[in-house]
Amino acid sequence: MTLLEPASKLKAKFGDLISEPSEYRGETTVTVVNAQEIAVVCGFAKKQLGFNYLVDISSIDNYGSDPRWTVVYTLRNIVNGVEIRLKTDVSEEKSELPSVLGVWRTSNWHEREIYDMMGIRFTNHPDLRRILMWEGYPYFPLRKDFPLAGKPTELPGVAFTKPAPLEGGPFVTLPSGAGAINREPRVRTVEN
Amino acid sequence: MAQVQDIQIPDSATRAAKAVDDLADIEGDRMVLNMGPSHPATHGVLRIVLELDGEEITKADPDVGYLHRGDEKIAENMTYTQFIPYTDRLDYLAPLANNVAYALSVEKALGIHDKLPPRCQYIRVMCCELARISSHLLGLGAFAMDVGAVTVFLLVFTEREKIYNLAEAASGARFTTSYTRIGGLHRDIPPTWCDQVRAFIKECSHAIAEVEVLLTRNRIWVDRLRDMGHISKEMAIDYALSGPNLRGSGIDWDLRKNQPYLCYPDLEFDIPVGSTGDCYDRYLVRMEEMRQSLRILEQCANKIPGGAENKIKEPVNVADGKITLPSKDKVLSSMEELIHQFMLVTEGVNVPPGDTYFGHENPKGELGFYIHSKGGGVPHRMKIRSPSFINLSILGELMPGHMISDVPVILGSLDFVMGESDR
Repeated sequence: MTLLEPASKLKAKFGDLISEPSEYRGETTVTVVNAQEIAVVCGFAKKQLGFNYLVDISSIDNYGSDPRWTVVYTLRNIVNGVEIRLKTDVSEEKSELPSVLGVWRTSNWHEREIYDMMGIRFTNHPDLRRILMWEGYPYFPLRKDFPLAGKPTELPGVAFTKPAPLEGGPFVTLPSGAGAINREPRVRTVEN
Repeated sequence: MAQVQDIQIPDSATRAAKAVDDLADIEGDRMVLNMGPSHPATHGVLRIVLELDGEEITKADPDVGYLHRGDEKIAENMTYTQFIPYTDRLDYLAPLANNVAYALSVEKALGIHDKLPPRCQYIRVMCCELARISSHLLGLGAFAMDVGAVTVFLLVFTEREKIYNLAEAASGARFTTSYTRIGGLHRDIPPTWCDQVRAFIKECSHAIAEVEVLLTRNRIWVDRLRDMGHISKEMAIDYALSGPNLRGSGIDWDLRKNQPYLCYPDLEFDIPVGSTGDCYDRYLVRMEEMRQSLRILEQCANKIPGGAENKIKEPVNVADGKITLPSKDKVLSSMEELIHQFMLVTEGVNVPPGDTYFGHENPKGELGFYIHSKGGGVPHRMKIRSPSFINLSILGELMPGHMISDVPVILGSLDFVMGESDR
């Protein structure tokens, strides 16, 4: 299987650090067990396996389970078009993992964005400032426990936010085995 | 008796020496100049903090986020279908292409993105290419206006008006189209649409030729663009540029060819590639891409399954009641369709748990949606890989060494949209 070849090469090099590759919808995903090694794995993937193009870095908040954060790297070899996805878990207490800025310079803004939105810090990042929200904003808005409407904040003379007038919505029904009354469209909260 | 005063007129050599002396005093002083967020050359609300040594830029710090609306947060709180109108507002110069990119991403998560009805694929491709022309035309018009050629702006707006008319005929809206649905389209195209497209192809190719005459060999245009904002191949890949900015640097990478989707494999078109990676190359790549888009449109208008009028009733939606809404007459007469309709509207399309990423060749570059689903009709996390955001991240490295008057040239050649960058 050519799709799994880079994943098995990673596995051969790093052994237990890399989980068994999984394939879904034609995409290969491997998990890097120790987030502290992510920069080393990425460096190897770029130099030895030719993944010279970092498509995207994303972050997931697994609210309510441990470890809370998952950071997702989508890598591409721009010569032959092979792609691989690296996932790594970061615990809430630590909320920190090494930057891959030394591997791909495009990761600069991605990492700043993840810090801004989720509050995950990247060690060795030379310029870890907020990027989309304003400097001095106290919350991390993409966390699941941050309400959709927003929270009021004020930095006198700089900027302010107020909760949005959502009137309770948006309303979504969530799939479950519950009866019709419990299934009717309701506001999405952290719990549901 | 008034005193007579001699007027001293130093000779030119002394004057020049004095001017150099005066300059020596201020040498070493750096000036910090704030450009934007509201500046005509920043095409929206981009702010750049420039550090200047005289007229030369020594440091540039782009500041984005003035148009941040939290689209990714919003996406986590509504069904997949409800998010479609928000995609109109990402790259608001090419809403049709965003609709297609988003629909394909969700369809990939459902596993049906390569099983769409052929007519739907052709209509989507036509929408994408119209959006590409529309976006490139505006990018070019604004670019030329910043460099001083106002006529181009007027020319391209005439053509864009026609694209808006086509979008209106297809989707019902000129600007915020929301044309696609998960698994298909909001509705089929009207019977005269293909003829309208053919007429547009004719008029637009004239307009492109006219713009070409105005710019391509224009001495001022060439002098200002050539060898400006040079991006090497390595730098373009390292910064993960995409779209015409990547191809302008000489990298032959287009998702329509390299990771084909929809009916692109059935169509003939070429991928223009630059050679040096300067602003002029990026301009040329965009010009040629528009011509190739017209070529694709022409082929689609001729080859569209079912023909222009679709008398044989080729479907535009996948025939799966769990993904697309059933027709209204069936909803009112059949129990099963009624249930499907109810479930789709209240719960949304049920996307199985898993991670998918789909990258779409948008006019500005690779627009990708990473969907992390835990099952159900709402994504647990949806990350939007926006090409403008990533294309802008190169500014900090690209700007230093250029003159301040070159800033509009570089910004114009990168062709970004802040709605997409800030999400």
